[in-house]
Amino acid sequence: MEVPFHLPAGSTSLRRVHNKATMSSGATGAVQPADEPPTEARPTVITAENLTKTYGDVAAVDGISFSVPAGESFGLLGPNGAGKSTTMKMIGGVTRRTSGALHIMGLDPDSHGPEVRAHLGVVPQQDNLDEELRVRDNLLVYGRYFGLPMSYLKPKADELLEFAQLTDKAKSKVDALSGGMKRRLTIARSLINEPRILLLDEPTTGLDPQARHILWDRLFRLKEQGVTLILTTHYMDEAEQLCDRLIVVDKGRIMAEGSPAQLIREHSTREVVELRFGSERNTTIASELQGIGERLEVLPDRVLIYAHDGESALEQVASRGLRPLTSLVRRSSLEDVFLRLTGRSLVD
Amino acid sequence: MSAGLPVKSAPDQARSRTFGPLYSRNARAVISRGLLATRSTNWLVMLSGFFEPVLFLISMGVGLGAIVGSVQGPGGGEISYAAYIAPALLAVSAMNGAVYDSTWNVFFKMNFAKLYQGMLYTSLGPLDVALGEIFLALLRGLLYAMGFTAVMGVMGLITTPWALLMVPASVLIAFGFASIGMGITSFLKTFQQMDWVNFVMLPMFLFSATFYPLSVYPQPIQWLIQAMPLWHGVELLRQISVGAFTAATPVHIGHYLVMTAAGMLLTTLRLRQLFLK
Repeated sequence: MEVPFHLPAGSTSLRRVHNKATMSSGATGAVQPADEPPTEARPTVITAENLTKTYGDVAAVDGISFSVPAGESFGLLGPNGAGKSTTMKMIGGVTRRTSGALHIMGLDPDSHGPEVRAHLGVVPQQDNLDEELRVRDNLLVYGRYFGLPMSYLKPKADELLEFAQLTDKAKSKVDALSGGMKRRLTIARSLINEPRILLLDEPTTGLDPQARHILWDRLFRLKEQGVTLILTTHYMDEAEQLCDRLIVVDKGRIMAEGSPAQLIREHSTREVVELRFGSERNTTIASELQGIGERLEVLPDRVLIYAHDGESALEQVASRGLRPLTSLVRRSSLEDVFLRLTGRSLVD
Repeated sequence: MSAGLPVKSAPDQARSRTFGPLYSRNARAVISRGLLATRSTNWLVMLSGFFEPVLFLISMGVGLGAIVGSVQGPGGGEISYAAYIAPALLAVSAMNGAVYDSTWNVFFKMNFAKLYQGMLYTSLGPLDVALGEIFLALLRGLLYAMGFTAVMGVMGLITTPWALLMVPASVLIAFGFASIGMGITSFLKTFQQMDWVNFVMLPMFLFSATFYPLSVYPQPIQWLIQAMPLWHGVELLRQISVGAFTAATPVHIGHYLVMTAAGMLLTTLRLRQLFLK
């Protein structure tokens, strides 16, 4: 399945040939980025050591450590409430950590908040565009918040509108934009200060598939330009598409770390058979499936058989006289990794 | 991606300008945002704030004034009832404009438009936001005060050049109310709580010696009224309107200076607490 891309190229300075987007394939999650992203001699832009944030007795982030080299696309994958957004806020210096060490471009965001934020572009989970201003003014005014001069901001705003494919909406009101356009404008706005690091909190949540693909394409381009991307998501396909490396987070802790392909290889089988017997029978039928494949996972709506060869596992099911309502053989995805690590699905 | 690097990059700006994490000396970015946003403002709402005290002045001053006749002014001289209540109404108008801007507008921007969250994700600090927003409230207060003073002039209620000082004095009154108002708003979370603001404002408007002298009250009530911030504004503007100053004048001014400083401190700390936790 090839993703339909018919996108006009960005402004001249942004125009680059790239093939990654068209290489991507959809639900099978067969994107195979380089297993070991080249890390030679790239400076580290973010280091977190034992980062912790507690609210009362509850640890939202419970001692996580990671480091991100410049230019990497780094993901935090986890369900809602895993501590992803809290981690992002601590990186942005808008939430103070309870303990641990954190450095962004060598600076501690708790003591150098404005300086750290000047290096960052932030795309929050909920769009917080200025609805009282028009589209282009949103970019200009936001740039003023960084103290940047108009002589720089005016051409920059036009360039970013072009990049976000919003040039013809420059004078529109913000509330006249679609959800996807608002997201793109939020991303354009976050780039006004030419940040070295872009923080994206659930960048495509709530967008339709086409809007998501457009957005992913824009993010690919930024990555090609060397912008470090830090993104949280609970969509495995998004993580597989965008992340060089990711950490799987649950209940404030890191469950696993690696490239998407590495994680799948380490924590899951090559293929998965999904069987649906109807919600009544899924649980009872599990015992009859024992011994097929490497591992069995029973979910409320389906049964998953993890096997290196899905087709032959499916044949074994049929040979035992079991007739599922539907069956599907697919490649393993990060969803399976997450299920294996936590015993729960990503999207509740 | 470059349209030519900025003369000074954003990190350089942050380094050279930052004055602790609270303030980046860039409140004017917040102000210019506010001015740009007024393009989409409903001008009728703006105008209603100006007309409200004018309507009171006409109905009470001219209408009721026909029965009341002349009263004793601050300097001891006889003045018309309209001239007596006009400065008080100006103080009320300064208070209303400032409180409206710093409570309802701020409440909306804080809780619904998420405007301040966006601002504080940039190099701006909470003090930039507080100063910028309060400046805008004052600008509006200044426009109202100039308009109302002009109306007083047209109605023949201005008899001394001192009266022109009512305009800066109203801005001072507005400054006090706006900075306290924004700080208090940061504690309020629901519309029901916002109604309490009106519940406090209305009696303050009616009873702060606005329409009659303080001396009509028994002594304990007088003390209560004197503890209310509006009374100081009413007295201050009334004294200025006739150019009759007493030892109490600097006390009234000082009251607003303290109120402003306390309000700014409260607002800045609250914004930091709310958005930079």
